[in-house]
Amino acid sequence: MSENSKTTRPINFHVARYNPERDRDPYVQIYTIPVRAGMTVLDGLHYIKENLDASLAWRYSCRMGVCGSCGMLLNGHPTLACNTQILHIATTDLTVGPLPNFEIIRDLVPDLLTMFEKHRSLKPYIVRTNEAEINDPQGEFYQSPAELERYLQFSYCIKCGCCMAACPTLATDARYLGPMPMAAAQRYNVDTRDDGRRDRNAQTGSAHGAFRCHYAGECSRVCPKGVDPAKAIQHLKRQLVLDYLHLARRRKPCQKLHGPGPAKPLPNIPAAPAKTV
Amino acid sequence: MSETKYWTWHMAAGVVILFLLGLHMTIMHVGSIAHMFAPFGGEAISKANSLFRDGHLLFTVTYILLLAVALYHGLYGLRTILFELTLKPAAEKAITFVLLILGLGLLGLGTWGALAAHAIAKVGIRG
Repeated sequence: MSENSKTTRPINFHVARYNPERDRDPYVQIYTIPVRAGMTVLDGLHYIKENLDASLAWRYSCRMGVCGSCGMLLNGHPTLACNTQILHIATTDLTVGPLPNFEIIRDLVPDLLTMFEKHRSLKPYIVRTNEAEINDPQGEFYQSPAELERYLQFSYCIKCGCCMAACPTLATDARYLGPMPMAAAQRYNVDTRDDGRRDRNAQTGSAHGAFRCHYAGECSRVCPKGVDPAKAIQHLKRQLVLDYLHLARRRKPCQKLHGPGPAKPLPNIPAAPAKTV
Repeated sequence: MSETKYWTWHMAAGVVILFLLGLHMTIMHVGSIAHMFAPFGGEAISKANSLFRDGHLLFTVTYILLLAVALYHGLYGLRTILFELTLKPAAEKAITFVLLILGLGLLGLGTWGALAAHAIAKVGIRG
């Protein structure tokens, strides 16, 4: 450990508090904590809970930017508390609030149910139309690196809700599908194994779907995983229009990957002895 | 999916407006080209030049087309803004209906005006 990491600096955490059973409106409570270099906001919240106020509530799990549970509004920016170092964004004061555009369950815990309902409505999984194949799979599907590249970045989404919190359209239109569900729709729409695009078009092409996006681009800017939902939505719009005008290129059916088949013995190599067991 | 249809036509209407407004600007402001649409000299909006254009069926059709696409483009845009206020589905349906009636009414009125101007110009040319 370097000498620098042992020195501490007091930082005022302005934390939004709200208990729906007790409070009429959210309010801000200030906690001063000693911050070392390298401490994350999540560490700071743990310090508050262990030493200052055990009643503070927030959601977290992996502590390493993978699970997407600890999305919060830090100094006005939606991001993950676990991969944001306090001294990178604050010198004396830090505001910590729940993700906007969601109901608050308590303190820093947003209710992500609406996001997941929208997500589920877009069938975020591979849809196959061949019933016989579903019931009796005959092999793996082949996908080229170029085909994988078309959706790979959208599959990095961890559903933290930061993009939904940053979306200005969602702030005024609660029924708008939002960036995360539509990025997921695009992820499966361009997957060569998927047959569900037409089903998803009914949702993404609805009055509160892709065409409501103003292309502010905030969703892509705040994404902690580098996903570009704004790009996904523009691709969705393009595909919807092409589908409506019947100009969409027909996609080749996904090819099956066949196994190596029976081995062909090389010449001058004796045959294996007969099995004894 | 119906929104895809509305959106596609909204975009197409935008392109048509761009072309027709370009034509309008050319006639009104580019004298060297516009004299073919304003043969009586002077201002392009003078009574004689206006009657000349109104007397041509092509212009009458153009006026009605511009009115139709501008109404569709504008009213769809207004509907989009209103829909972002998180309205109830019944309110959204009502807004769509009211804007449709408003649009058709204004289109009818405008079409009548353009046809009347065409008829008056024809009489003027003959008389």
